[in-house]
Amino acid sequence: MLLLRTLGLGVQYIADVRQARNSQSRPTGMNKPRTLIDKLWLSHEIVRRDDGAALLLVDRHYVHEGSFHAFSQMKERRRTVAEVALTFGVTDHYVPTRGRDKGIANPEIAAMVSQLEANAAESHIMLFGLRDPRQGIVHVVGPEQGLTLPGLLIVCGDSHTSTHGAFGAYAFGIGASEVAHVLMTQTLWQKKPKRMRIAVEGASAVGVGAKDIALAIIAKVGADGAQGHAIEFAGGAIRALSMEGRMTLCNMSIEAGGRCGMVAPDETTFAYLKGRPYAPKGQAFDHAVEAWSALASDPDAMFDREVTLDAVTIAPIVTWGTTPDDALPIDGYAPDPAREINPVRAKYLRDALDYMAIAPGKKLTEIAIDRVFIGSCTNSRIEDLRAAAAVLAGRVSKVPGLVSPGSSTVKRQAEEEGLDRIFREAGLEWADSGCSMCVGINGDVVQSGERCASTTNRNFRGRQGPGARTHLMSPAMVAAAAVSGHLADVRPLLSGRKV
Amino acid sequence: MEKFVQLTARVCPLMLANLNTDQILPARYLKWPRSKGLGAVLFHDLRVDSDGKERKDFPLNQPLWQDASILLAGRNFGGGSSREAAVYALYDHGFRCVIAPSFGDIFAQNAVKNGLLTAIVSEADVVDMAPTVSENPQLPVTVDLERKVVVCGNRTYAFDIDPVSRNQLLNGWDDVDLTDSYKDRIAQFSADYRVRRPWVIPAKS
Ligand code: SF4
Repeated sequence: MLLLRTLGLGVQYIADVRQARNSQSRPTGMNKPRTLIDKLWLSHEIVRRDDGAALLLVDRHYVHEGSFHAFSQMKERRRTVAEVALTFGVTDHYVPTRGRDKGIANPEIAAMVSQLEANAAESHIMLFGLRDPRQGIVHVVGPEQGLTLPGLLIVCGDSHTSTHGAFGAYAFGIGASEVAHVLMTQTLWQKKPKRMRIAVEGASAVGVGAKDIALAIIAKVGADGAQGHAIEFAGGAIRALSMEGRMTLCNMSIEAGGRCGMVAPDETTFAYLKGRPYAPKGQAFDHAVEAWSALASDPDAMFDREVTLDAVTIAPIVTWGTTPDDALPIDGYAPDPAREINPVRAKYLRDALDYMAIAPGKKLTEIAIDRVFIGSCTNSRIEDLRAAAAVLAGRVSKVPGLVSPGSSTVKRQAEEEGLDRIFREAGLEWADSGCSMCVGINGDVVQSGERCASTTNRNFRGRQGPGARTHLMSPAMVAAAAVSGHLADVRPLLSGRKV
Repeated sequence: MEKFVQLTARVCPLMLANLNTDQILPARYLKWPRSKGLGAVLFHDLRVDSDGKERKDFPLNQPLWQDASILLAGRNFGGGSSREAAVYALYDHGFRCVIAPSFGDIFAQNAVKNGLLTAIVSEADVVDMAPTVSENPQLPVTVDLERKVVVCGNRTYAFDIDPVSRNQLLNGWDDVDLTDSYKDRIAQFSADYRVRRPWVIPAKS
C-alpha cells in the first residue's frame, strides 16, 4: 500500500544501470578514467533513482552490542537476516577489559552483551563473542580475520567503519535504521559521496606515525572539512605505511567529517591478507589479487577536491581542545582567545580551554597528565603496541594507565613478543580487548576532571567519561607522556633505540 | 515513517558549533531501549552540571523553549558517533527539525529515516536568525519543506537539503518497502555479481 502510494507520487526510478555496470568489466570505447570510489560504487550499484539515490549491494555487515535497536526493528517487521553468511557479530563496546574471568558485575552492561549473543544465536549469525579467542574490537577483528577485503562494500553501525577502507574497500558507518535495512535486505540506499584525494608526499620522520599524519590532515581540513566526501589517501608517505598505519589513518577520516576513507590496495595489502582465516585461499587468492589490482584510481581520474601535505613538515601532534581538529605540533602552545579576532571562534576557544583546564597560551609540553590509555580501534594493533613499548622499555610511567590490545589475537601476539612485560614493568595495567576507555561504556572511565593522554580518536567533552579531559596522540606519544608525566615530544626519547 | 511537509513551532537557539552525537546523547544512555523515551536525557551533560543541577543558562532549560520543536544550532551538528539514538533523543523530546549550517553525514541520514528534518541554512543566516528567536522565544517560525524556506519574523530564509532526503521526508517513504519492490532485481544482481567475484564470499576458516 505504502509502496504504491510512494511510487505513485511521480518519482521515476531509473532501474537499469546494468549497462554502466558492465562497462567496468568490459571497457567500452569511452574508457572514462575512474577513481577508486567510482569503481567500488559502480560494481555495487543495483539500481539508481533519478533523485540520485542508489541501491547498493552489501558484502560484509558487522554488528555489535549497539545494534540492538536494529534487531528490534527487524523483529517488529517479522523479518529475518537476509544473508547470514555475510553478517558477523562482535562483542566489543560493552565487554569488560579487566577481570573478565569474573563475569560482568553490572547487570545492565551484562544485558547488552547477552542481548547480542541472543540476537546472533536466533539469527544464526557468526559471533566473535566474549569467550571467543578471536574476540576484539570490530574494526580490528574484521581485517585480522581476513573478512575485510579490497573491493568490498562493508557497513557497520559504527562511524569508525571507515577503518576498513585501508584495504581499498568502500566501508562506512550507518545508523540503526540502516543496519536494520541491511539485515533484512543485504542492500542499502545511498547517495554517491563526492571524491576527495588527500595526498601526503615525501617521507615522515622517525617518531612520526600514521596518527600524526591523520591529526595533521584533520587540523588542516577541519573536523567537518571532508563532509559528504569519500577520501582517498595517496602519495608516497601513505604507500610507505603498513596496513596498521593505513587503518589508523582511514579510521580517523570520520574525524575530518569524511563519509569514508580509503587507500588503493597494493602489495602491502595483499601480503597482509594472504593466509588470513577468511581470506580467499590458493588460486582463488591469486584471482582476487588480479581483480584487486585493478581497483586503483586511473592516473587521469578527476577528484572533486584535492589536498596535499608534505610528510616532512609533520611533527608529532597532540590535541589540546574538545574536537579532533584542535591539534597542534607538540612544540606548540595552546591558543590564546584574546588574540582571536573572530568572536565566535574566540568564545569556542575560551570554552574549550576552560573545559580542558588549560591556561591560554600554555606550552603544550607543560601540560601535566593524570593517566594514559593505549587502546581503541585507532591504535591498538600489534604495531601500535610495539611503538609504545619501544618508548616504555626500561622506563617507568609517572602516571597510572591502561593498555587494552585491539583483539585477543593481538593480545596473544604481544605476549609472545614480551610486550606485556614491558607495559607491566612500566607500571601500566595490561588488560583484555574491547572498546574500553575509548568510550567508557563498559565502566572503564577517566574520572571527572582527570586528564588522559590517549591513543583514541575523539577528544569530545565527556567522551572517556563525564568531565574527562582527553588529549589525542599516537601510541609512541602516549608512552612519552607516561614516562614524562606531562605531554612530551617522543623524539628525544627514541634516540639510541630501535624503532 | 512520519511525513514532514510543513511545521510551525517555536525555535530553541543553541548556538554552539560541533555539537556531536556524544553531546546530544552521552554514551552511557545508549543502553536505554527506545520505549523508555530518550527525550529526558537529550543534551544531558550540557543541560545538567556535575552535581545534577539544571544549568540555568542552557536554552533548553528555559520554560518557554521546553516545547520547542525546532532547534537552531551551529555548524557541524551531529558529527561523530553514528548512534541513531541521538536522533531518537531529539525526536522524543519533541524536535522535528534542526536548522544548522552543516550536519554530520551519518546523523543527517539517521534523521531522515526518523522524520527529523535537517535544514541547511548558511552560517550568516543562522547568525541573523539567532537574535530574533532569542529575543522572541514565543515566536512561531515556519519551516516549509516543499518551498525549502524558513519563515522567521519578517524574513524568509532559503534552506538546502539533499533532494533524496527531501523526497523521503515529503512522502514518508519506508525504505524497506521500497527495496522489497526490487526483490527480483537484487537477487539477479547479486547472483551475477558473485559469479564474477567468487572471492567476495568469506572462505571457510
Ligand atoms: S574503540 Fe572507540 S571508536 Fe572504536 S569502535 Fe570502539 S568505541 Fe568506537
